[in-house]
Amino acid sequence: MMQMQSLNRFRRFFRYSWLALLVLLLSGCHFDMYNQPSIRTYEPSSFFEDGRGSRPNVEGAVAVNAAFYDEYFLTGLVDGVPGDELPLELTRELLERGQAQYNIWCAVCHGHAGYGVSVIAQRGGIVPANFHQQRLRDASLGHFFNIMTVGVYRGDPEQDGFRSMYSYASRISAEDRWAIAAYIRALQLSQNATIDDVPQDRRGNLGNN
Amino acid sequence: MGQIFPRNANLFVRVSIFAGLLGATTLILLIAVFFRSNAYRQVNVAIEQPVPYSHQLHVDVLGIDCRYCHVSVEQSYFANIPATETCMTCHSQIKTESPDLAPVRASYASGDPVLWEKVNRVPDFVYFNHSIHVNKGVGCSTCHGRVDQMPVVWQTQAFFMGFCLDCHRNPENYVRPLEEVYNMEYVHPANQRELGAQLVAQYGIMPPDQLTNCWTCHR
Repeated sequence: MMQMQSLNRFRRFFRYSWLALLVLLLSGCHFDMYNQPSIRTYEPSSFFEDGRGSRPNVEGAVAVNAAFYDEYFLTGLVDGVPGDELPLELTRELLERGQAQYNIWCAVCHGHAGYGVSVIAQRGGIVPANFHQQRLRDASLGHFFNIMTVGVYRGDPEQDGFRSMYSYASRISAEDRWAIAAYIRALQLSQNATIDDVPQDRRGNLGNN
Repeated sequence: MGQIFPRNANLFVRVSIFAGLLGATTLILLIAVFFRSNAYRQVNVAIEQPVPYSHQLHVDVLGIDCRYCHVSVEQSYFANIPATETCMTCHSQIKTESPDLAPVRASYASGDPVLWEKVNRVPDFVYFNHSIHVNKGVGCSTCHGRVDQMPVVWQTQAFFMGFCLDCHRNPENYVRPLEEVYNMEYVHPANQRELGAQLVAQYGIMPPDQLTNCWTCHR
């Protein structure tokens, strides 16, 4: 008799066990794959005191690729004076890269043709340099690279001095800054070209493009 | 002792079986519809930011390229939110007194970041890399819509798997020439399928059986 009762209980257990299975299925509904504990870019984190997941650079940190280049490549200066040498091979690809990058970074203020005329300059507040003035036509290539790297400070730091152009070193790679410098030179040549600069056999193409 | 339930209670029991089933199905469907809805996914919902930055003004009116601020999009999996320094490049000289820009100036002075709200997101189990897409001819506007027309940015896609697979199965329907990737006004030409097939070959885009492999997006 006792055996019969325990068998019934056993059956009843199996009859309703599917309910437990359903509950198990429900416990599968969770979001910890959507939102994993690992920190994604810019995600906040309570682990660090300032609440940032992405850590700021340690003071004095040097970029990995900085070790592959010499000082001239990274500053454009030789003994503190701008050099006039392009440390990359001058190719059509380099100038095209320079043009593309110039149009992203420089054209917003200096204008696509480099005259310092642009929508942003028109709004006032910023007075971008004209690349076709004599001072900059005489400037060496390293000058442009150095300005892109360190920016421009105008006036006296003690009194009304301000950073009129910020450094672009953190945004444009050194290769691209050299490509832009080379392209600025090309722009300067283009705006002061005469018919004698065009090869005889190409003159027929003028005005067709 | 009389009967507790009247005779027609039988009908009630029978109906309630079907009504219960119907109710359960409807409930499941409603939950599914809710989690897939634009309201839940915040699609077409403009997300307010701590600084009222307008892409419409900066991109459409001023003509600033996407990459001026989102520098890392060509090299990195992540299209960065610009550093405060990028804002201050111009705004240390333009609109220097604007109260709207106060959080930017405070951030530049203190070094604490501006707490921008994330607008476009994919779940953590999805591996998405911006650089491979923009370097193989997938334009910004294909996924992000006409950001240049958005005074306040919103998501135009819920980024369901189906959205990704649509292109991963038929990339030739969506790829554009590399020089048009950042062009917000780009419209696919009438011969997109021919042009697309040609670009797929030229850019070495993987065949669909590899692009739709699980590990391509779930790593």
